[in-house]
This record gives sequence, C-alpha cells and structure tokens, in this order.
Amino acid sequence: MNTDVAPTSVSPAPASAGAQSGSRWADRGFRLLCLGAALAVGVLLALVVWQLLKGSRLSLHQSGWKFFAGKIWNPVTDEFGALPFIFGTIISSLIALLIAVPLGVGTAIYLTDLAPMRLRQPLTSLIEMLAAVPSVVWGLWGLFVLMPMLRAHAYPVLQKCFGFLPLFQGPIYGIGLLTAGVILAIMILPIITSVSREVLRSVPNLQREAAYALGATRWEVTRIAVLSYARRGLFGAAVLGLGRAIGETMAVTMVIGNTPFVGASLFHPASTLASGIANEFTEATGDVYLSALFELGLVLLGLTILVNILAQIMVRTFTTAETRRVA
Amino acid sequence: MNLTMTPEDTKTVPGGNAEKPRATAPRPESKPAPAASAARAISALSVKNLSVFFGKHQVLKNVSLNIEARAVTAIIGPSGCGKSTFLRSLNRMHELVPIARVEGDIRLFDQDIYSKDVEPVIVRRRVGMVFQKSNPFPTMSIGENVTVGLRLNGIRNRSVLAEQTEKSLRMAALWDEVKDRLNAPAVSLSGGQQQRLCIARALAVQPEVLLMDEPASALDPLATSKIEDLIRELRKDYTIVIVTHNMQQAARASDHTAFFYLGELVEFGPTSQIFTSPREKRTEDYVTGRFG
Amino acid sequence: MTVSSTNHIFRKATSLALNGLCVVCAVLVILPLGLILFYLIQKGASSLNWAFFTGVPKPAGMAGGGMGNAIVGTLELLGLASCVGIPVGVLGGVYLSEYGGERLNGWIRFWADVLNGVPSIVWGMVAYALVVLPMKGFSAWAGGLALGFIMIPLVLRTTEEVLVLVPRSYREAALALGLPQWKTIVRIVLPTALRGIITGVLLAMGRVAGETAPLLFTAFGNSNWNRHLAEPIAALPLQIFSYAIAPYDDWNRQAWAGALVLVAMTFCLSLGVRLFSRGRFEKNT
Repeated sequence: MNTDVAPTSVSPAPASAGAQSGSRWADRGFRLLCLGAALAVGVLLALVVWQLLKGSRLSLHQSGWKFFAGKIWNPVTDEFGALPFIFGTIISSLIALLIAVPLGVGTAIYLTDLAPMRLRQPLTSLIEMLAAVPSVVWGLWGLFVLMPMLRAHAYPVLQKCFGFLPLFQGPIYGIGLLTAGVILAIMILPIITSVSREVLRSVPNLQREAAYALGATRWEVTRIAVLSYARRGLFGAAVLGLGRAIGETMAVTMVIGNTPFVGASLFHPASTLASGIANEFTEATGDVYLSALFELGLVLLGLTILVNILAQIMVRTFTTAETRRVA
Repeated sequence: MNLTMTPEDTKTVPGGNAEKPRATAPRPESKPAPAASAARAISALSVKNLSVFFGKHQVLKNVSLNIEARAVTAIIGPSGCGKSTFLRSLNRMHELVPIARVEGDIRLFDQDIYSKDVEPVIVRRRVGMVFQKSNPFPTMSIGENVTVGLRLNGIRNRSVLAEQTEKSLRMAALWDEVKDRLNAPAVSLSGGQQQRLCIARALAVQPEVLLMDEPASALDPLATSKIEDLIRELRKDYTIVIVTHNMQQAARASDHTAFFYLGELVEFGPTSQIFTSPREKRTEDYVTGRFG
Repeated sequence: MTVSSTNHIFRKATSLALNGLCVVCAVLVILPLGLILFYLIQKGASSLNWAFFTGVPKPAGMAGGGMGNAIVGTLELLGLASCVGIPVGVLGGVYLSEYGGERLNGWIRFWADVLNGVPSIVWGMVAYALVVLPMKGFSAWAGGLALGFIMIPLVLRTTEEVLVLVPRSYREAALALGLPQWKTIVRIVLPTALRGIITGVLLAMGRVAGETAPLLFTAFGNSNWNRHLAEPIAALPLQIFSYAIAPYDDWNRQAWAGALVLVAMTFCLSLGVRLFSRGRFEKNT
C-alpha cells in the first residue's frame, strides 16, 4: 500500500509500478460501467420514443393529421380520432389544477409562515403519506365513496346554483369529467404543496423583514414579500402538478366513465389519453386499432414531456437564482 | 464635511473631534441621561429597564436610556453585545422570533408601545427601519418600492403618491439619479442606490423615528459617505437611531452615543464626551481599540 | 400619519381572514388521507382472514377465495424490477456523483427528472412491444421490465443525491493511501452512503409496488398461482382493479381488503424508510 502519495486532487494516484496498471484497467472498466448505466437515461428516452413511434406507424400512415382533430373514436368502423381523449385529458387536468393549486399554495403558506413550529414536520410528513397512496386505491375510494357522495349531494347543488352555465347542465351520472378532476386534484395536491413549500422557504427572510418594518400585516407580508417574489417558482410547481395529472391513469379510469366525449357538460362521462389506453389495450383487435392506441400513447408522451420540461426549467431557474442571490 | 484630528487628543481617539459641525444649527442642549433623570430635550423614545430574552438566554439586561428627538443616537459595541436586539425591540421586530420575550417599558412620545392594545403593525409604521443589507422588493419598480407603504395604508390617489415619491427620494438624495426611470426594476440600481431606495421607502410612510441597522456596512466608502451625509440632513426632521460597528462613523454622524457590552448599557452620553472623555473604563477601552 | 382607522381595521380583518383560509387549506389537504384510511379499514378489515392471504380467486360469483397469489405476485415482480432498476440506477448515480463533467451530468439529471414524469402506462406499452409481442404472451418478465424502467431514473437520482453528501475527505484519504478510484468508490464511498442508497431503493420499490397501469398488458394478471416467469402473473394492484370494477359484491369487498393490504405494505415501507434514515443521521453526527 503506497503511503507516500500526497493528496492533491481527487484523481487516482500516479501509477508507480506494474501493480498499478491492473488497477488502471479496473478503473477504466468500472468507470465505463457506470457511464453506461448513467447513459441508460438517454437509452430509455430513445427507447420509449422509438417504440411508440414504431407502434403507431400504421395508424399515423392511415389517419395522418386527422388523428388529432378527429372527434370520432369508433374501432368498429375503423375511425380513430384522438380529440375526445385529448379533450378529456386537458379538461380533467384543468379542473384538478383549479382545485389543487389554491389549496396547495395556501397549505404551503401555512406550513412556511403560519403554522406553529411543532406542527410543521408532522404535517409535512402527513402530506408525504398522501403521496404514497397508490393510484388504484384512490380510484377504489373515488368510485365507491367520493362519487356517490358527489352525485347525491354536491352535483345537484351545483346544477341548481350554476345550471345556467352549460358546464353544469346535462344529466348527472356521477362518473364523469368533474369527478375525475376532483380525484386528480387530491392526487396532485402533495406534489404541488411540497414544491410550493420549498419555493416559499427559499424566499430570503430579509424580504419578509422589509415588509414587516413598513408596518405590513401578516397577510400583506405574505402577499408582497413572499408570493410575488416566488411567483415563478410557484408557477413551476403548478406545471409540475399538471404534468402529474396528465399522466394519471388508474384513478381516472375508474371514475371517468371511459366514453369518448367532447362537449360542454362537466357531468358527462369522458375519456383521457391514459384511461383510453388502459381501457382498450387488451381488447384491441386488429393491427390498426392497436396502432391507434400506440398513437394515443405517443400523444400522451409528447404532452407529458413538454409539460415536464417546462416545469423543470421553471423550478430550476427559480431555485438556482435564489441560491445565487443569497450567496 | 471635514474631520480634523485635534493634536491635543493624546488618547488617540479614532476620529474624535471636539468641533462638531452642528454648531451651524441651533440645537436644544441635552444632558447625558443614562437614567430617567430630567432632560430638557424631548425624548422620542424612552426606554426603562428593558430586558430581552430569547428563550432562557438573556440578551439585554436592564437597559434604560432616552433617545432624544430630532437627533442622531448611535449604538456601538462589539459583536454580540445586543445592539441589534436593542434596535429591534424599538419597533417590535424581535417578535418575529417566536421565543423572544421582552420585559420593561418602551415609550414612543409617551405612549407605551408594548401595551396590550397597541399593535405591532402600528408601531412599525411609526418607527421605520433600514436594514444592513438593502432589500428592495425585486418584483417592484423603483417608484413602486417607494410607495408600497403608502399603498398598504390605503392611499391610492395618484398625485399624492407621485408627490410623496419625489419628496421621499429627494430626502434620500436619490431623486436626481432615478427621476427618469421610476419604472425601472428596483434591482437595477447599485448597492448604494438600493440602500438609499430603502431609506426613501422607509421615509415615505412618514415615521416618527428611523432605525438603521449598520446601514452602510455592506457599501463601499463613497456610498458610505453619501449615507452619512444623508443622515446628517435627515436629522433636521427625524429622530434617528443607528447601530454601527464603525466608530468613526458613530463619531462623525451622531449626537449621542450608547455603548453596549455583553447585553448591558455601559455608558450613554453626548458623542463628543463618549469619545474624548468616557467615564467608564470599558468604554474607554473599546473606543481606543483595545478590544472589540 | 395618515392612517385612517377604518383602513386599519380592514387590513387587520383581511389578514385574519386570509390566514384563516390558509389553515382551512391545510385541513382540506390532510382530510382525504384521514378519509381514505377510515374507509379502507371500515370496508376492508372485515374481509381479512387466513384464506385471503393464502387463497386464490374463486370463479366469479362464488364467495370466498383470496389474493394470496396477487400478494406473492407483487413481490415477485418487485424482485424482477429490482434486478433491472437497482444495478442500473445505483451505478448511474455513481457516475453522476463520482465521474462525469458538469455539462453531461447536468443533461443526465435533467432528462432523468423528465423521465420520472413519464406516465407509467407508457412504460407498459414499451415492455409490451419489447417482450410481450415477441413472446406472444403476457409474462412476469414483461411486468418486471416495465416496473424496472420506472425504477431506473428514480434510483439514479436518489443515489446521486446521497453519494454527493459523502464528504470529499473520505475519498481523498483513500486515494492518498493508494487505493484506485474504483476501489475507493466500492469499498469506501458506497458503504458510507449505503443507508441512504437503501432508503432510495426502498422508496422506489414502494412507489413501484403500487403501480397498476404498466401491468395491465404486461403481467396481465392470473387467477391462479404463477408457475414460471414466462406466464402471466397476478399482482395486488391489478387484482384490486379488476375486482373493483366487477359487478360482484363479494369481489368489491375483497378489493377493499386488497387495497388495505397494499396501503399497509406501502405505509410500513415508508415508515421503515423513515426510521432507517433517521438512524443514519444519528450515526453521522
């Protein structure tokens, strides 16, 4: 064992004898092994894009651009339009965001500025536990508990009060866009809350003090010094939540009704990209049908990747700007 | 402003000067008042037996002094002596720390600021604060930063806001530099300008007292001297309490000086006396640079 | 001094109201957790018996039967997924932490985070194309692969985060003693960070144990015990799903029981992880 090598950097000591060259090969080999594993990220990315493209080739060839605008999804007549699925995905995700973002940011404000110190960690842990509940369990609960409750109590009230809006017209089935939106909201709450909390925590205390020193009330301090400062990061948290909502499959499948639908009524059963694939994949007869489902997957992948890239950029630029400013 | 070291100062007091520039403006004479003895000058803030605790740890021990109105009072002392805590207790900012506890009495123009029916929000509007590191709100423009305190208080009238903006920026000696770009983001200013912006922001709500916590410590010498000039000008209309670890600054800019050590008020008196003939040995040791 | 008292009362009231609203938000966010635990126990606990854990599903309509095969199936799939996910994820994390340039590593991290957001059903489709189609049938291999795909970016990021925390001085001391870099990593750095790595792996496994969508057309499900890995295999989330949407009351009831078991498994896992990692901090301080 060499004991006379001075540590100058974290690179391997210079080889002094033939005994070292064996290590050099091992070093190289290990490094290559690790590099290969790290590049698996790139491989996975390429793999998923390639396989989905390959699988949807038939359908792309057949339907072309009409696929995205087509309103009719009828496997029997070989008509495959993706619009109902895109519609369902977007609407249910938007409903989820409308509910989850205010709740999540409000909770984040509570956790960073308002809650007593002793409560903060336990509450944060509870919210993390929420994130650990599997999608299928949410779907089960949504189907047997939430949906009947909403159908019996909440929806009729909504229809009575807001029935003048086409959103709340139409027969109330229970399963449908709105229920899916509510379940999605519950599922994306943990990530929106925890990212928002991180974002709010990185606002420098000096900003809060500046507002307090001017004689601002507690809420005014939050509004002026914290929320507006953290705008971009909070928006990133919302976009992260959106990305999660778009890809959610099981809970949505169980409460949305799985009927291709494009329309105004939020009570109507519908379908999302993910739920459509989940529902019909094992029953797809014929190559074109299967290929159309692969194409739905391609659209889903594209949408998710785009939204997630946007979210990553927003959250990263906010937090690095903060660490740079504080340093 | 010229500062001359009088050769008679055998104690090599750093920056001590018998000739004070305030000879140009008539001032009410004030006796040093370490205790609540009768002072002919008006006390803006009178502090009696103030003790501050953070949990079990006592940071300030039984401090009593009177801050004279329309004068500059400097708080000096080595790090950790409690100067910042003292300053923050004057506008109840220490309450932002949950384990902070205050005993004693502080009166702002004879009103107890710690009484049960006085809210911290009101106190902080009447006693403004400027921090060590400038902290303008980055999402607001220069003009918006100045008027934020006014807008919070419900003043929406555009012309009133514009008038106050100009007045405050002039008082902070920043108007000429920014009058053409009031809509520019506040963070586009230099460090010294940002600090003056924070001063303008604090002045806009017309506080009765202005607290400054080492306002120039993060600035270069040129910006520092501008701040000191500013303090001298503001003295005509405002009561100023400034914490500083720079003794030359205290000697140059203040009328009274309080020396704190290990949480106690060791000595309080006119600045010239503190720096040329202090009564306590600890004060003398500190101002002559033997420690701290 | 132009503070009007009405403005002040308004400001105070607004502050109280909006801060109160934030408390309400926090309550509303925690509420679903309580509700779900309550219903799981209320509806599922009564169906838990020995037959549930050891039996297999009975034909539709007949009462009784269990989810023993599904529970075992989940464990088997986790094992398969780990064979893919752990080596690739850990070694990839090692690369990001110990080797690599700033730019490459930045890209890898970025894309790993993006991959973490890819819907799990898409991974099922990839495994379908890669395994099910050539094998002309559903299998545990396909299910394991799909789950492994999900594990890789997760384990990669958590491993890297933990390895970066190992103090530089450990590596320097080892290298100064003449250890080659690979040995430094394997014998010094990895063992120091082992607890954190295991934590990350367990978390990934917990996440993947609850996945249903990627298994829908890879593992597919099995109403009996799986005999070899090239066969379809049951999994707990899959079973819960098919029982939940079925029109038989008895199956619905068992779905709740299965969900209770699944949630208990994942909660115990995250609890264990938390206790485990706390032990790590105590050791290092």
